[in-house]
Amino acid sequence: MTNDSPRGNPSPPAQAGGAESDCRVVLDDLAISRALTRIAHEIVERNEDLGKLYLVGVPNGGVPLARQLAANLHEITGIDTVVGILDTTLYRDDLISSGSRPPLRRTEMPSAVDDRVVILVDDVASTGRTIRAAMDALMDFGRPRGVQVVALVDRGHRELPIKIDYVGKNIPTKRSELVKLRARDGSYQRPLEVVVLAEGGRADG
Amino acid sequence: MMGRGLLGIEDLERSDIERILETAERMQEVGRRDVKKVPTLRGRTIVNLFFEPSTRTRTSFEIAGKRLSADVVNFMPASSSLTKHESILDTAKNLDAMDPDAVVVRHAVAGVPKRIADELGAPVINAGDGAHEHPTQALLDLLTVREEKGRIDGLTVTIIGDIAHSRVARSDIYAFLKMGAEVRVAAPPTMLPACVESLGVKAFTSLREAIDGADVVMALRIQMERLSGALFPSVREYSATFGVDRAKLRYAKDDAIVMHPGPVNRGVELSPDLADHRPSVILDQVRNGVAIRMAVLYLLAGRRRVEREEE
Repeated sequence: MTNDSPRGNPSPPAQAGGAESDCRVVLDDLAISRALTRIAHEIVERNEDLGKLYLVGVPNGGVPLARQLAANLHEITGIDTVVGILDTTLYRDDLISSGSRPPLRRTEMPSAVDDRVVILVDDVASTGRTIRAAMDALMDFGRPRGVQVVALVDRGHRELPIKIDYVGKNIPTKRSELVKLRARDGSYQRPLEVVVLAEGGRADG
Repeated sequence: MMGRGLLGIEDLERSDIERILETAERMQEVGRRDVKKVPTLRGRTIVNLFFEPSTRTRTSFEIAGKRLSADVVNFMPASSSLTKHESILDTAKNLDAMDPDAVVVRHAVAGVPKRIADELGAPVINAGDGAHEHPTQALLDLLTVREEKGRIDGLTVTIIGDIAHSRVARSDIYAFLKMGAEVRVAAPPTMLPACVESLGVKAFTSLREAIDGADVVMALRIQMERLSGALFPSVREYSATFGVDRAKLRYAKDDAIVMHPGPVNRGVELSPDLADHRPSVILDQVRNGVAIRMAVLYLLAGRRRVEREEE
Protein backbone atom coordinates (compact mmCIF):
# COMPACT_ATOMS: atom_id res chain seq x y z
CA MET A 1 0.00 0.00 0.00
CA THR A 2 1.13 3.50 -0.65
CA ASN A 3 0.36 5.06 2.69
CA ASP A 4 2.86 3.18 4.82
CA SER A 5 5.73 5.22 6.06
CA PRO A 6 9.13 3.59 6.16
CA ARG A 7 9.60 1.87 9.45
CA GLY A 8 12.53 2.60 11.70
CA ASN A 9 13.13 6.00 10.17
CA PRO A 10 12.42 8.63 12.80
CA SER A 11 13.89 11.52 10.78
CA PRO A 12 11.42 14.05 9.31
CA PRO A 13 10.67 13.89 5.56
CA ALA A 14 13.65 14.99 3.52
CA GLN A 15 13.57 18.37 1.86
CA ALA A 16 13.64 18.55 -1.93
CA GLY A 17 16.97 17.22 -3.09
CA GLY A 18 17.87 16.29 0.46
CA ALA A 19 19.11 12.95 1.64
CA GLU A 20 16.66 10.45 3.08
CA SER A 21 19.04 7.59 3.70
CA ASP A 22 16.81 4.67 2.64
CA CYS A 23 14.83 6.51 -0.03
CA ARG A 24 15.73 7.14 -3.65
CA VAL A 25 13.74 9.15 -6.17
CA VAL A 26 13.30 7.16 -9.38
CA LEU A 27 10.94 9.54 -11.16
CA ASP A 28 10.67 13.24 -10.43
CA ASP A 29 7.80 15.48 -11.41
CA LEU A 30 9.23 16.27 -14.84
CA ALA A 31 9.89 12.61 -15.62
CA ILE A 32 6.34 11.72 -14.51
CA SER A 33 4.92 14.46 -16.67
CA ARG A 34 6.93 13.30 -19.72
CA ALA A 35 5.90 9.69 -19.18
CA LEU A 36 2.25 10.70 -19.05
CA THR A 37 2.61 12.74 -22.24
CA ARG A 38 4.11 9.76 -24.03
CA ILE A 39 1.45 7.41 -22.67
CA ALA A 40 -1.30 9.77 -23.85
CA HIS A 41 0.18 9.64 -27.37
CA GLU A 42 0.33 5.85 -27.19
CA ILE A 43 -3.30 5.74 -26.11
CA VAL A 44 -4.27 7.89 -29.10
CA GLU A 45 -2.21 5.70 -31.40
CA ARG A 46 -3.71 2.47 -30.16
CA ASN A 47 -7.39 3.42 -29.95
CA GLU A 48 -9.46 4.29 -32.98
CA ASP A 49 -12.63 5.50 -31.32
CA LEU A 50 -11.31 8.02 -28.85
CA GLY A 51 -14.81 9.09 -27.83
CA LYS A 52 -15.31 5.66 -26.23
CA LEU A 53 -12.40 6.01 -23.84
CA TYR A 54 -13.03 6.07 -20.10
CA LEU A 55 -10.09 6.68 -17.79
CA VAL A 56 -10.45 5.05 -14.37
CA GLY A 57 -7.94 5.83 -11.65
CA VAL A 58 -7.25 3.38 -8.84
CA PRO A 59 -6.92 5.37 -5.57
CA ASN A 60 -4.98 6.90 -4.28
CA GLY A 61 -2.08 7.32 -6.70
CA GLY A 62 -3.91 6.43 -9.90
CA VAL A 63 -6.42 9.26 -9.57
CA PRO A 64 -4.14 12.29 -10.23
CA LEU A 65 -2.46 10.31 -13.00
CA ALA A 66 -5.82 9.58 -14.67
CA ARG A 67 -6.73 13.25 -14.48
CA GLN A 68 -3.41 14.27 -16.02
CA LEU A 69 -3.88 11.73 -18.81
CA ALA A 70 -7.33 13.18 -19.50
CA ALA A 71 -5.80 16.65 -19.73
CA ASN A 72 -3.10 15.35 -22.06
CA LEU A 73 -5.65 13.57 -24.27
CA HIS A 74 -7.62 16.80 -24.48
CA GLU A 75 -4.53 18.69 -25.53
CA ILE A 76 -3.68 16.17 -28.23
CA THR A 77 -7.15 15.46 -29.62
CA GLY A 78 -9.51 18.12 -28.26
CA ILE A 79 -11.73 15.34 -26.95
CA ASP A 80 -12.86 15.30 -23.32
CA THR A 81 -12.46 11.89 -21.70
CA VAL A 82 -14.55 10.78 -18.72
CA VAL A 83 -12.50 10.15 -15.58
CA GLY A 84 -13.71 7.75 -12.89
CA ILE A 85 -12.34 6.60 -9.54
CA LEU A 86 -12.54 2.95 -8.60
CA ASP A 87 -11.48 1.69 -5.18
CA THR A 88 -10.48 -1.96 -5.19
CA THR A 89 -10.40 -2.57 -1.45
CA LEU A 90 -13.70 -4.46 -1.24
CA TYR A 91 -12.42 -6.76 -4.02
CA ARG A 92 -9.06 -7.59 -2.49
CA ASP A 93 -8.20 -11.28 -2.26
CA ASP A 94 -6.45 -11.05 1.08
CA LEU A 95 -9.25 -9.71 3.28
CA ILE A 96 -10.66 -13.07 4.25
CA SER A 97 -7.39 -14.73 5.12
CA SER A 98 -5.68 -11.81 6.83
CA GLY A 99 -8.42 -10.33 8.97
CA SER A 100 -7.06 -6.88 8.22
CA ARG A 101 -9.61 -4.24 7.37
CA PRO A 102 -7.98 -1.50 5.35
CA PRO A 103 -9.76 1.84 5.08
CA LEU A 104 -11.99 2.16 2.04
CA ARG A 105 -11.27 4.80 -0.55
CA ARG A 106 -13.65 6.74 -2.72
CA THR A 107 -15.36 5.23 -5.74
CA GLU A 108 -16.94 7.60 -8.25
CA MET A 109 -17.98 6.21 -11.58
CA PRO A 110 -19.73 9.12 -13.30
CA SER A 111 -21.05 7.17 -16.27
CA ALA A 112 -21.77 3.61 -17.34
CA VAL A 113 -18.89 1.49 -18.58
CA ASP A 114 -20.97 -0.48 -21.09
CA ASP A 115 -19.43 -0.43 -24.56
CA ARG A 116 -16.61 1.87 -23.39
CA VAL A 117 -12.91 1.17 -23.60
CA VAL A 118 -11.84 1.50 -19.99
CA ILE A 119 -8.26 2.44 -19.25
CA LEU A 120 -7.37 1.54 -15.68
CA VAL A 121 -4.70 3.81 -14.28
CA ASP A 122 -2.52 2.73 -11.35
CA ASP A 123 0.60 4.30 -9.98
CA VAL A 124 2.66 1.19 -9.26
CA ALA A 125 2.01 -2.24 -10.76
CA SER A 126 3.57 -5.27 -9.20
CA THR A 127 1.88 -8.54 -8.32
CA GLY A 128 -1.10 -7.82 -10.57
CA ARG A 129 -3.53 -8.36 -7.71
CA THR A 130 -4.76 -4.78 -7.62
CA ILE A 131 -5.44 -4.85 -11.36
CA ARG A 132 -7.26 -8.17 -10.96
CA ALA A 133 -9.39 -6.63 -8.23
CA ALA A 134 -9.99 -3.51 -10.33
CA MET A 135 -11.19 -5.61 -13.26
CA ASP A 136 -13.62 -7.50 -11.03
CA ALA A 137 -14.89 -4.21 -9.62
CA LEU A 138 -15.23 -2.79 -13.12
CA MET A 139 -17.39 -5.70 -14.25
CA ASP A 140 -19.86 -4.83 -11.49
CA PHE A 141 -20.39 -1.53 -13.28
CA GLY A 142 -21.22 -3.08 -16.63
CA ARG A 143 -19.64 -4.68 -19.66
CA PRO A 144 -16.81 -2.61 -21.11
CA ARG A 145 -15.88 -3.17 -24.74
CA GLY A 146 -12.28 -3.49 -23.64
CA VAL A 147 -9.97 -2.87 -20.73
CA GLN A 148 -6.43 -1.53 -20.96
CA VAL A 149 -4.02 -0.80 -18.13
CA VAL A 150 -1.67 2.10 -17.47
CA ALA A 151 0.98 1.90 -14.75
CA LEU A 152 3.35 4.75 -14.13
CA VAL A 153 5.82 2.25 -12.69
CA ASP A 154 6.04 -1.47 -13.30
CA ARG A 155 8.25 -3.03 -10.68
CA GLY A 156 7.77 -6.66 -11.70
CA HIS A 157 7.11 -9.52 -9.24
CA ARG A 158 3.93 -10.48 -11.11
CA GLU A 159 1.89 -13.21 -9.40
CA LEU A 160 -1.06 -13.21 -11.79
CA PRO A 161 -1.19 -13.27 -15.60
CA ILE A 162 -1.78 -9.52 -15.95
CA LYS A 163 -0.30 -7.47 -18.77
CA ILE A 164 0.28 -3.73 -18.45
CA ASP A 165 -0.47 -2.00 -21.75
CA TYR A 166 1.22 1.32 -21.06
CA VAL A 167 4.21 1.55 -18.71
CA GLY A 168 5.79 4.81 -17.61
CA LYS A 169 8.98 3.16 -16.45
CA ASN A 170 10.11 -0.33 -15.57
CA ILE A 171 11.91 -0.26 -12.24
CA PRO A 172 13.50 -3.46 -11.00
CA THR A 173 13.11 -3.70 -7.24
CA LYS A 174 13.54 -6.09 -4.41
CA ARG A 175 10.34 -7.46 -2.97
CA SER A 176 11.18 -5.96 0.39
CA GLU A 177 11.28 -2.46 -1.05
CA LEU A 178 8.28 -0.16 -1.25
CA VAL A 179 7.65 1.92 -4.34
CA LYS A 180 5.27 4.82 -4.01
CA LEU A 181 3.98 7.84 -5.81
CA ARG A 182 3.81 10.78 -3.47
CA ALA A 183 3.93 14.50 -3.05
CA ARG A 184 6.30 15.90 -0.49
CA ASP A 185 3.43 17.29 1.54
CA GLY A 186 1.61 13.95 1.73
CA SER A 187 -1.13 14.96 -0.71
CA TYR A 188 -1.40 13.87 -4.32
CA GLN A 189 -0.96 17.39 -5.68
CA ARG A 190 1.96 18.18 -7.97
CA PRO A 191 4.89 18.18 -7.76
CA LEU A 192 4.82 14.41 -7.55
CA GLU A 193 7.64 11.93 -7.39
CA VAL A 194 8.09 8.19 -7.34
CA VAL A 195 10.37 6.93 -4.64
CA VAL A 196 11.77 3.56 -3.67
CA LEU A 197 11.92 3.00 0.05
CA ALA A 198 13.98 0.24 1.56
CA GLU A 199 12.24 -2.32 3.75
CA GLY A 200 8.83 -1.03 2.84
CA GLY A 201 7.13 -4.35 3.35
CA ARG A 202 5.70 -6.72 0.80
CA ALA A 203 4.86 -5.97 -2.79
CA ASP A 204 1.21 -5.21 -2.92
CA GLY A 205 0.20 -3.91 -6.30
CA MET B 1 -12.49 -0.31 21.13
CA MET B 2 -14.43 -2.66 18.96
CA GLY B 3 -12.45 -5.61 20.31
CA ARG B 4 -15.46 -7.64 21.36
CA GLY B 5 -17.76 -6.66 18.60
CA LEU B 6 -20.15 -3.79 18.83
CA LEU B 7 -22.08 -3.94 22.08
CA GLY B 8 -22.77 -0.28 22.70
CA ILE B 9 -21.76 3.24 21.79
CA GLU B 10 -20.66 3.79 25.38
CA ASP B 11 -17.64 1.53 24.77
CA LEU B 12 -16.48 3.33 21.63
CA GLU B 13 -13.87 6.02 21.23
CA ARG B 14 -14.61 8.92 18.95
CA SER B 15 -11.98 7.54 16.56
CA ASP B 16 -13.89 4.22 16.34
CA ILE B 17 -17.05 6.12 15.48
CA GLU B 18 -15.22 8.16 12.84
CA ARG B 19 -13.84 5.00 11.29
CA ILE B 20 -17.29 3.40 11.10
CA LEU B 21 -18.83 6.54 9.59
CA GLU B 22 -16.09 6.87 6.99
CA THR B 23 -16.44 3.23 6.04
CA ALA B 24 -20.22 3.64 5.82
CA GLU B 25 -19.84 6.62 3.50
CA ARG B 26 -18.00 4.37 1.09
CA MET B 27 -20.65 1.67 1.51
CA GLN B 28 -23.32 4.18 0.51
CA GLU B 29 -21.79 4.21 -2.95
CA VAL B 30 -22.24 0.43 -3.24
CA GLY B 31 -25.92 0.95 -2.42
CA ARG B 32 -26.29 3.38 -5.31
CA ARG B 33 -24.91 0.94 -7.87
CA ASP B 34 -26.95 -1.05 -10.30
CA VAL B 35 -25.33 -4.25 -9.00
CA LYS B 36 -25.43 -3.70 -5.24
CA LYS B 37 -23.06 -6.43 -4.25
CA VAL B 38 -19.36 -6.71 -3.55
CA PRO B 39 -17.48 -9.97 -2.87
CA THR B 40 -15.84 -8.82 0.36
CA LEU B 41 -17.38 -11.31 2.81
CA ARG B 42 -17.81 -14.22 0.42
CA GLY B 43 -17.83 -17.46 2.33
CA ARG B 44 -18.57 -15.74 5.63
CA THR B 45 -21.63 -16.58 7.69
CA ILE B 46 -23.57 -14.02 9.68
CA VAL B 47 -26.23 -15.16 12.11
CA ASN B 48 -29.09 -12.86 12.99
CA LEU B 49 -30.07 -14.05 16.46
CA PHE B 50 -33.26 -12.21 17.27
CA PHE B 51 -34.98 -13.10 20.53
CA GLU B 52 -37.31 -10.15 20.11
CA PRO B 53 -39.30 -9.64 16.92
CA SER B 54 -37.96 -6.96 14.62
CA THR B 55 -38.57 -6.81 10.92
CA ARG B 56 -36.79 -3.60 10.07
CA THR B 57 -33.52 -4.01 11.88
CA ARG B 58 -33.24 -7.68 10.98
CA THR B 59 -33.94 -6.97 7.32
CA SER B 60 -31.43 -4.13 7.33
CA PHE B 61 -28.70 -6.42 8.72
CA GLU B 62 -29.73 -9.12 6.26
CA ILE B 63 -29.47 -6.78 3.26
CA ALA B 64 -26.17 -5.39 4.57
CA GLY B 65 -24.68 -8.88 4.91
CA LYS B 66 -25.92 -9.94 1.50
CA ARG B 67 -24.54 -6.84 -0.20
CA LEU B 68 -21.15 -7.91 1.15
CA SER B 69 -21.77 -11.44 -0.21
CA ALA B 70 -21.95 -13.06 3.24
CA ASP B 71 -24.40 -15.88 3.89
CA VAL B 72 -26.98 -14.54 6.31
CA VAL B 73 -28.95 -16.93 8.50
CA ASN B 74 -31.89 -15.77 10.57
CA PHE B 75 -32.34 -17.52 13.86
CA MET B 76 -35.43 -16.46 15.76
CA PRO B 77 -36.03 -18.78 18.69
CA ALA B 78 -39.56 -18.73 20.06
CA SER B 79 -39.22 -16.62 23.15
CA SER B 80 -41.35 -18.98 25.20
CA SER B 81 -38.75 -21.72 25.07
CA LEU B 82 -36.00 -19.32 26.00
CA THR B 83 -37.10 -17.68 29.19
CA LYS B 84 -34.30 -19.11 31.28
CA HIS B 85 -30.92 -17.44 31.11
CA GLU B 86 -29.12 -20.75 30.79
CA SER B 87 -30.94 -21.66 27.68
CA ILE B 88 -29.96 -18.41 25.99
CA LEU B 89 -26.32 -19.17 26.58
CA ASP B 90 -26.94 -22.73 25.49
CA THR B 91 -28.37 -21.46 22.22
CA ALA B 92 -25.38 -19.18 21.80
CA LYS B 93 -22.90 -21.98 22.40
CA ASN B 94 -24.70 -24.18 19.93
CA LEU B 95 -24.54 -21.43 17.38
CA ASP B 96 -20.86 -20.85 18.06
CA ALA B 97 -20.15 -24.50 17.37
CA MET B 98 -21.39 -23.84 13.81
CA ASP B 99 -18.60 -21.29 13.39
CA PRO B 100 -20.38 -18.09 12.41
CA ASP B 101 -18.22 -15.11 11.53
CA ALA B 102 -20.48 -12.62 13.26
CA VAL B 103 -23.60 -12.85 15.38
CA VAL B 104 -26.16 -10.06 15.47
CA VAL B 105 -28.17 -10.19 18.70
CA ARG B 106 -31.41 -8.57 19.73
CA HIS B 107 -32.99 -9.30 23.08
CA ALA B 108 -35.60 -7.68 25.29
CA VAL B 109 -33.26 -7.84 28.28
CA ALA B 110 -30.35 -5.44 28.66
CA GLY B 111 -26.95 -7.09 28.76
CA VAL B 112 -27.79 -10.30 26.92
CA PRO B 113 -25.58 -9.48 23.90
CA LYS B 114 -22.63 -8.98 26.22
CA ARG B 115 -23.27 -12.28 28.00
CA ILE B 116 -23.42 -13.99 24.62
CA ALA B 117 -20.27 -12.19 23.46
CA ASP B 118 -18.46 -13.55 26.50
CA GLU B 119 -19.22 -17.07 25.31
CA LEU B 120 -18.51 -16.71 21.62
CA GLY B 121 -15.39 -16.63 19.50
CA ALA B 122 -17.28 -14.69 16.86
CA PRO B 123 -17.82 -10.95 17.23
CA VAL B 124 -21.24 -9.97 18.52
CA ILE B 125 -23.15 -6.97 17.24
CA ASN B 126 -25.87 -5.61 19.47
CA ALA B 127 -29.04 -4.95 17.51
CA GLY B 128 -30.90 -3.66 20.55
CA ASP B 129 -31.01 -4.96 24.12
CA GLY B 130 -33.80 -3.91 26.44
CA ALA B 131 -33.54 -0.25 27.42
CA HIS B 132 -29.75 -0.41 27.21
CA GLU B 133 -28.35 0.33 23.73
CA HIS B 134 -29.05 0.12 20.02
CA PRO B 135 -25.66 1.15 18.65
CA THR B 136 -26.25 0.76 14.92
CA GLN B 137 -29.31 3.01 15.17
CA ALA B 138 -27.22 5.76 16.75
CA LEU B 139 -24.52 5.31 14.11
CA LEU B 140 -27.01 5.61 11.27
CA ASP B 141 -28.40 8.72 12.94
CA LEU B 142 -24.90 10.20 13.05
CA LEU B 143 -24.35 9.34 9.41
CA THR B 144 -27.66 10.95 8.41
CA VAL B 145 -26.93 14.13 10.36
CA ARG B 146 -23.42 14.37 8.95
CA GLU B 147 -24.79 13.89 5.46
CA GLU B 148 -27.35 16.66 5.99
CA LYS B 149 -25.25 19.12 7.97
CA GLY B 150 -21.71 18.29 6.92
CA ARG B 151 -20.67 17.98 10.56
CA ILE B 152 -21.84 16.92 14.01
CA ASP B 153 -19.50 18.97 16.16
CA GLY B 154 -21.25 22.00 17.61
CA LEU B 155 -24.78 21.05 16.53
CA THR B 156 -27.71 21.05 18.94
CA VAL B 157 -29.67 17.81 18.96
CA THR B 158 -33.00 17.52 20.77
CA ILE B 159 -34.35 14.06 21.54
CA ILE B 160 -38.02 13.91 22.49
CA GLY B 161 -39.94 11.02 23.99
CA ASP B 162 -39.69 8.22 26.46
CA ILE B 163 -36.02 8.78 27.28
CA ALA B 164 -36.18 6.53 30.34
CA HIS B 165 -37.19 3.41 28.43
CA SER B 166 -35.44 4.01 25.13
CA ARG B 167 -32.28 2.24 24.03
CA VAL B 168 -32.24 4.47 20.97
CA ALA B 169 -32.12 7.54 23.22
CA ARG B 170 -29.25 6.13 25.26
CA SER B 171 -27.16 5.20 22.25
CA ASP B 172 -27.91 8.51 20.56
CA ILE B 173 -27.00 10.47 23.68
CA TYR B 174 -23.61 8.75 23.90
CA ALA B 175 -23.06 9.03 20.16
CA PHE B 176 -23.88 12.69 19.66
CA LEU B 177 -22.03 13.73 22.83
CA LYS B 178 -18.90 11.84 21.79
CA MET B 179 -19.03 13.53 18.41
CA GLY B 180 -19.17 16.97 19.98
CA ALA B 181 -22.85 17.89 19.72
CA GLU B 182 -24.96 19.47 22.44
CA VAL B 183 -27.71 17.03 23.38
CA ARG B 184 -31.03 18.00 24.92
CA VAL B 185 -33.76 15.64 25.96
CA ALA B 186 -37.42 16.55 26.36
CA ALA B 187 -40.16 14.47 27.92
CA PRO B 188 -42.83 14.50 30.55
CA PRO B 189 -41.12 14.05 33.96
CA THR B 190 -42.31 10.43 34.15
CA MET B 191 -40.35 9.62 31.00
CA LEU B 192 -37.09 11.23 32.08
CA PRO B 193 -34.72 8.93 33.93
CA ALA B 194 -33.45 10.13 37.28
CA CYS B 195 -30.14 11.93 37.03
CA VAL B 196 -30.35 12.03 33.23
CA GLU B 197 -28.26 15.19 33.21
CA SER B 198 -25.34 13.25 34.66
CA LEU B 199 -24.93 11.79 31.16
CA GLY B 200 -24.06 15.26 29.95
CA VAL B 201 -27.39 16.26 28.43
CA LYS B 202 -29.76 19.08 29.27
CA ALA B 203 -33.23 17.91 30.29
CA PHE B 204 -36.43 19.82 29.55
CA THR B 205 -40.06 19.27 30.34
CA SER B 206 -41.07 21.98 27.89
CA LEU B 207 -40.81 21.03 24.24
CA ARG B 208 -40.61 24.62 23.13
CA GLU B 209 -37.55 25.36 25.25
CA ALA B 210 -35.91 22.11 24.25
CA ILE B 211 -36.40 22.75 20.56
CA ASP B 212 -35.31 26.39 20.69
CA GLY B 213 -32.45 26.81 18.24
CA ALA B 214 -32.02 23.06 17.60
CA ASP B 215 -30.38 21.76 14.42
CA VAL B 216 -31.78 18.26 14.80
CA VAL B 217 -35.16 17.34 16.28
CA MET B 218 -35.47 13.65 16.98
CA ALA B 219 -38.80 12.19 18.04
CA LEU B 220 -38.80 8.73 19.59
CA ARG B 221 -41.49 6.16 19.07
CA ILE B 222 -43.97 6.11 21.93
CA GLN B 223 -44.94 2.65 23.11
CA MET B 224 -48.70 3.06 23.18
CA GLU B 225 -49.16 0.63 26.05
CA ARG B 226 -46.96 2.83 28.22
CA LEU B 227 -49.29 5.74 27.61
CA SER B 228 -52.27 4.05 29.19
CA GLY B 229 -52.19 5.94 32.44
CA ALA B 230 -49.01 5.31 34.32
CA LEU B 231 -46.66 7.62 32.45
CA PHE B 232 -48.97 10.06 30.79
CA PRO B 233 -52.67 10.77 30.87
CA SER B 234 -53.51 10.21 27.21
CA VAL B 235 -52.19 9.92 23.69
CA ARG B 236 -53.97 13.13 22.84
CA GLU B 237 -52.31 15.02 25.63
CA TYR B 238 -48.90 13.63 24.75
CA SER B 239 -49.38 14.58 21.16
CA ALA B 240 -50.53 18.10 22.05
CA THR B 241 -47.58 18.68 24.39
CA PHE B 242 -44.69 16.66 22.95
CA GLY B 243 -45.79 15.74 19.44
CA VAL B 244 -43.72 17.56 16.83
CA ASP B 245 -45.55 19.47 14.13
CA ARG B 246 -44.68 22.34 11.84
CA ALA B 247 -45.93 24.95 14.29
CA LYS B 248 -43.66 23.73 17.10
CA LEU B 249 -40.80 23.23 14.69
CA ARG B 250 -40.69 26.98 14.10
CA TYR B 251 -38.73 27.36 17.31
CA ALA B 252 -35.93 25.22 15.92
CA LYS B 253 -33.38 26.56 13.43
CA ASP B 254 -34.75 27.35 9.99
CA ASP B 255 -32.82 24.48 8.46
CA ALA B 256 -33.48 21.98 11.27
CA ILE B 257 -34.08 18.38 10.27
CA VAL B 258 -36.55 15.98 11.87
CA MET B 259 -35.61 12.39 12.61
CA HIS B 260 -37.41 9.33 13.93
CA PRO B 261 -36.14 5.77 14.44
CA GLY B 262 -39.40 4.35 13.04
CA PRO B 263 -41.99 3.09 12.84
CA VAL B 264 -43.81 6.39 13.33
CA ASN B 265 -47.10 6.64 15.17
CA ARG B 266 -48.45 9.27 12.81
CA GLY B 267 -50.16 12.03 14.71
CA VAL B 268 -48.59 11.04 18.03
CA GLU B 269 -44.86 11.77 18.00
CA LEU B 270 -44.94 13.46 14.62
CA SER B 271 -47.70 15.13 12.66
CA PRO B 272 -48.59 13.01 9.61
CA ASP B 273 -47.39 15.70 7.26
CA LEU B 274 -43.97 15.87 8.94
CA ALA B 275 -43.60 12.13 9.01
CA ASP B 276 -43.71 11.99 5.22
CA HIS B 277 -42.03 15.17 4.04
CA ARG B 278 -39.00 17.36 4.51
CA PRO B 279 -37.56 18.44 6.77
CA SER B 280 -37.94 14.90 8.05
CA VAL B 281 -35.23 12.52 6.84
CA ILE B 282 -36.72 9.27 8.08
CA LEU B 283 -36.23 7.33 4.88
CA ASP B 284 -32.63 8.54 4.62
CA GLN B 285 -32.13 7.09 8.09
CA VAL B 286 -33.43 3.73 6.86
CA ARG B 287 -31.21 3.85 3.76
CA ASN B 288 -28.19 4.80 5.84
CA GLY B 289 -28.93 1.93 8.20
CA VAL B 290 -27.89 -0.53 5.53
CA ALA B 291 -24.62 1.36 4.88
CA ILE B 292 -23.82 1.51 8.60
CA ARG B 293 -24.47 -2.21 9.06
CA MET B 294 -22.32 -2.98 6.01
CA ALA B 295 -19.55 -0.91 7.57
CA VAL B 296 -19.84 -2.66 10.94
CA LEU B 297 -19.93 -6.10 9.31
CA TYR B 298 -16.95 -5.21 7.09
CA LEU B 299 -14.94 -4.07 10.10
CA LEU B 300 -15.90 -6.99 12.36
CA ALA B 301 -17.11 -10.10 10.55
CA GLY B 302 -14.62 -12.88 10.18
CA ARG B 303 -12.08 -11.37 12.49
CA ARG B 304 -10.99 -13.99 14.94
CA ARG B 305 -10.88 -13.13 18.60
CA VAL B 306 -7.09 -12.94 18.68
CA GLU B 307 -7.00 -10.44 15.82
CA ARG B 308 -9.65 -8.36 17.45
CA GLU B 309 -7.90 -8.27 20.79
CA GLU B 310 -4.64 -7.14 19.26
CA GLU B 311 -6.16 -3.78 18.43
